[in-house]
Amino acid sequence: MKKPSWFNITSLTLGFAFLYIPMLVLIAYSFNGGRLVTVWAGFSTKWYGELLSNEAFLDAAWVTLRVAVATATLATVLGTLAGYVLVRGGRFMGRTLFAGMAYAPLVMPDVILGLSLLLLFKTMFSSMGMTTVILAHTTFAMCYVSVVVSSRLMSFDRSIEEAAADLGATAFDTFKSVTLPIIFPAVLSGWLLAFTLSLDDLVIASFVTGPGATTLPIKIFSAVRLGVSPEINALSTIMIGIVTIGVITFSVINKRQIAQRLRDEKMAG
Amino acid sequence: MAQPTRPASAQTVFAPWTDPTAQPLIQFKNVTKQFGDFTAVDDLTINIYEREFFALLGPSGCGKTTLMRMLAGFENPTHGEILLGGKNIVPVPPNQRPVNMMFQSYALFPHLSVWENIAFGLKRSDMPKDQIGDRVAEMLRLTRMEKFAKRKPHQISGGQRQRVALARSLAKAPKLLLLDEPLGALDKKLRNDTQFELMDIQEKTGTTFVIVTHDQEEAMTVASRVAVMDAGKMIQVDTPAGIYEAPNSVYVADFIGDVNIIEGNASVSGEKVDVHFAEGVDPIHAVTDKPITDGQRVSYAVRPEKISVDREPLADRANHVKGKVEDIGYLGNVSTYHVRLPSGQLVSALMTNSRRLARRDFTWEDEVWLSWTDTAGVVLTE
Amino acid sequence: MTLRRFILIAIPFSWLLLFFLVPFIVVLKLSLSDPAIAIPPYTPTLDPSSGWAGIKSFFGQLDFDNFTFLTLDPLYYTAYLSSLKIAVISTMLTLLVAFPMAYGMARAPEQWRPTLMMLVILPFWTSFLIRVYAWVGILGKEGFLNMVLMWIGIIDEPLTILNTNIAVYIGIVYTYLPFMILPIYSTLEKLDMSLIEAAEDLGSTRAQAFWLITAPLSLPGVIAGCFLVFIPALGEFVIPSLLGGSDTLMIGKVLWDEFFANRDWPLASAVAVVLLMILIVPIILFQRNQQKQMEADQ
Repeated sequence: MKKPSWFNITSLTLGFAFLYIPMLVLIAYSFNGGRLVTVWAGFSTKWYGELLSNEAFLDAAWVTLRVAVATATLATVLGTLAGYVLVRGGRFMGRTLFAGMAYAPLVMPDVILGLSLLLLFKTMFSSMGMTTVILAHTTFAMCYVSVVVSSRLMSFDRSIEEAAADLGATAFDTFKSVTLPIIFPAVLSGWLLAFTLSLDDLVIASFVTGPGATTLPIKIFSAVRLGVSPEINALSTIMIGIVTIGVITFSVINKRQIAQRLRDEKMAG
Repeated sequence: MAQPTRPASAQTVFAPWTDPTAQPLIQFKNVTKQFGDFTAVDDLTINIYEREFFALLGPSGCGKTTLMRMLAGFENPTHGEILLGGKNIVPVPPNQRPVNMMFQSYALFPHLSVWENIAFGLKRSDMPKDQIGDRVAEMLRLTRMEKFAKRKPHQISGGQRQRVALARSLAKAPKLLLLDEPLGALDKKLRNDTQFELMDIQEKTGTTFVIVTHDQEEAMTVASRVAVMDAGKMIQVDTPAGIYEAPNSVYVADFIGDVNIIEGNASVSGEKVDVHFAEGVDPIHAVTDKPITDGQRVSYAVRPEKISVDREPLADRANHVKGKVEDIGYLGNVSTYHVRLPSGQLVSALMTNSRRLARRDFTWEDEVWLSWTDTAGVVLTE
Repeated sequence: MTLRRFILIAIPFSWLLLFFLVPFIVVLKLSLSDPAIAIPPYTPTLDPSSGWAGIKSFFGQLDFDNFTFLTLDPLYYTAYLSSLKIAVISTMLTLLVAFPMAYGMARAPEQWRPTLMMLVILPFWTSFLIRVYAWVGILGKEGFLNMVLMWIGIIDEPLTILNTNIAVYIGIVYTYLPFMILPIYSTLEKLDMSLIEAAEDLGSTRAQAFWLITAPLSLPGVIAGCFLVFIPALGEFVIPSLLGGSDTLMIGKVLWDEFFANRDWPLASAVAVVLLMILIVPIILFQRNQQKQMEADQ
């Protein structure tokens, strides 16, 4: 292995500095005692206290969490079905349309999705609320799940499913006892992805939300429209912290599994 | 070419295909399979008998895999019927056929242990729960995998995976076992050992095996009968010896082993045929039971090991040709001599190296005589 | 069996029909309706009870007034053009930042790569809104950047970056960087190092080997990355509204304002329809590129 060149080290250092310094600055500011950004008024956790006693934020967080769990679960079921139909469904009428619809929300601007869904919901519901946000989020999140699931399905040996049929399993039995366990990691990451997307969305939720269904991003957006807010810094720090712990845990588990697999394979000879 | 004959344990030779009263286990009746414009299997009719070890042999794309997948139920014929024990199985879905398949990739369930893999089919059959354990244990014993029952597929070696796949497909005691290139993923040494193991297991269980392979040596080793396929057609179905010694076409002769093909015009007198392949040279003398007319253009096929290379023509052989050694391929136990005839043809002859190399009789550019009997080769018309 | 298959297909299919396709038809219909402030119904309305005549009169009353209006008011076409300009420039800038990083990652020792990969993906899982917001505190007049620069002594007066197009470029590059790095990295990582050694062995210099081998072979990843940045950047709303100024015109923001501030829904729909038509070309090109790559991989 060649030693990494100076050029590569420099570009990686600068690049990662660019990616991480803004977040680090944000985290640092969240512990600033003063309200002014420029003046460091000593280390303090008072903004965390204020955040946790702010009912409106806590309500929004609770709404967001419920929406995200409902969205992720619905989107995982629908997205797994969609991915399965796309890869294993064979030919059927309207397949091209279906593939297009399952793909388009991935590249559609949020403003268009939000606007169009609101116009539809206006004709379906008398008022907007958590239900409409969940329906809207599910619609675009299921497409992401479908991509994750279908790429896993495409990479797995078709003959494993044929073997199950050959040994007497019905189509449903094959899906339940062979296909699903094998693609389960992909389904799980689809769920996490859908959960994150729902947690993260501002634009679509802003269109289709209603009274009593203010999500956290909507709350954050209205708080920071006019500039820096120390409570939001504290909130951001908590969110970044959770994600960081999650991602690191996930990759450590993943690394262990790979190492275990390599050991197993070595043992097998 | 390895030519192990099947153990002649039975009093009578196992050859149900010669018995007109025998009821075949599988019958393909004018089966055609098309994928769009492509005809994978073309109007094929064939019978396979119980306890046979039947090999489908051919290059990739010849239709042998499609034929097997139609038996398993993963493809349905475009035309024709497939009978199993006299009943048409075309409308029966794969999960209800008494047919099991061992997949080329083994297709072991990666999330299940060896034990659970073998039990998978049994749990979906009407076997009582308390008998499943015994049957799995029996299968593990048969394939010598007892010690690995708790392992996952990625925790065992390639050869062991192959045995698990075999155990899994035999567990339900199918009437017919299909093997799709079962040894393709193994290295040469392991493959040779496994071939004999397969034959052994087939004998023990009495199951009818249909194997798909592109490896002619493998087909010849394991099979009771070999079917040579090309472009969706069955070219010849016969015992390994029959295929090797009496190919019915240039295609089969050429596909199985090495062969010299010499073209010429036939002159017939009774059973005897002379093949005139060049001006001013003695014709090749051969015998045939095929209807050949005088003057017909034919191909004469003779295997290299049937030809002897000597300083003088051997008096007891019907055919003698003089030539010049152009090349010698030394393979250790045998040497191949490429001899150029004055008429231009290049003929290969195989001689065993019963003497040490230093005392080898011939070298490059030597003039030699090639001799062989009139029954050594066959006259082919297509 | 067939019924089960039908249900299996019908569930996701009808969901997408109802919540994706139907809404678009509604938008399309509304964009052809008469301008009005808020509250439906919008004329014309389809009256199915009057049969064929009703349908005919419905289509007869649809018109392109909203679209004509978009071409008359300079606000809209300058917003489209400026969105295109901002999306193109920030895509190029993202490429400039991402390529060296992806290259460095692909050439890094193998045991580092999973960690580097994780470092690229981590921001992707972090809230988009928060990542944009982080720059508000950095780029402001009294922000972190000005503070540092003045402390070092490079500048005496604070720079005005926040609420300008420059801040929007920075925001787009920052938030979409992972989308550019990942596809480029995956093509560079697959690239066989012996190709470059072969080029050098045949007499080309390092730089020539880069331009003749590495660059063309990483092109599919570069193209995919560019589309992945360009397409969402074009309709971006959060970045221009938090980082941009009053003179930053981006179509996503115009649509938002038309809808929430002016409450002119038919016009907002017309803006959306035009934006969609602009996006169709890059979306189709992107999908072609993906398909080609998938076929090449097989």
